[in-house]
Amino acid sequence: MISPLVSPVLFHIGPVPISEPVVVTWGIMAALTVGAMALRRRLTLVPSATQAACELVVEAVDAQIRDTMRVDPGPYRAFIGTLFVFIFVANWSSLVPGVTPPTARLETDAALALIVFVAVIGFGVRAGGVKGYLATFATPSPLMIPLNFVENLTRTFSLLIRLFGNVMSGVFVIGLVLSLAGLVAPIPLMALDLLTGAVQAYIFAVLAMVFVAGAVSESAPESQSEERTPS
Amino acid sequence: MNWLAAVSIASAALAVAFGAIGPALGEGRAVAAAMDAIARQPEAANTISRTLFVGLAMIETMAIYCLVIALLLLFANPLLH
Repeated sequence: MISPLVSPVLFHIGPVPISEPVVVTWGIMAALTVGAMALRRRLTLVPSATQAACELVVEAVDAQIRDTMRVDPGPYRAFIGTLFVFIFVANWSSLVPGVTPPTARLETDAALALIVFVAVIGFGVRAGGVKGYLATFATPSPLMIPLNFVENLTRTFSLLIRLFGNVMSGVFVIGLVLSLAGLVAPIPLMALDLLTGAVQAYIFAVLAMVFVAGAVSESAPESQSEERTPS
Repeated sequence: MNWLAAVSIASAALAVAFGAIGPALGEGRAVAAAMDAIARQPEAANTISRTLFVGLAMIETMAIYCLVIALLLLFANPLLH
């Protein structure tokens, strides 16, 4: 049985092995970028169906950021929106025959979690400076410094394992049922897998929001007052 | 097959089996509470079911952690190679 923890290598460019999730990831990124640029050239005041659908996505992301972070969504729209759209499309790319979602591989999820980890530090530093961000580790008391530090690492790790485990287990179970029961049997499981994929993309985006909001609201000098982020 | 492989397979099965109990109970409680809330306040059904889905996915993650441990034991066991 093929292990779900290793990615099959498709071909080599020089000494660099190119694995399957890398190809799929670049395919998804190319499709999203080309689609967005093609749509941008045909933007109108009275939206077409595609434009209306995309505006719906942007407005939903904006509303979610406003709900969760309680700030103006402007600076975070690009980051959170890109995360959500990419993970959503990646999870649903299993609809294309022969494609394994890149999020079902450990490396892609590790990269995404690492992006969130770095972005939290970046947004925190931008909000309160290096000193302000480092001071958040000492809240509510300096005794918490090791705990806060470890929490930063473990929540990144759990972000990685959550996405990986959910998507990979869906793919794995479909493979098992397919090999045991035949062609039509896994269809309901595939429907469940699509639901799981959408929910996991949403959760990943919401958790990224919560982490960023925590770093920003704690390290910003003036807003020590009323609003605490939900955790 | 040496005894280490046998123990690994058995503990992978145990990890999934016992790891599923807690999340199952938790999900049952969450769904029951959501049903109760929707029955009391049907107009809030949208918000409640959206929050319920997210919560269920969070709870389910605990079982998924156990599944990952089981797969690690089966496919990437450092003691077997």
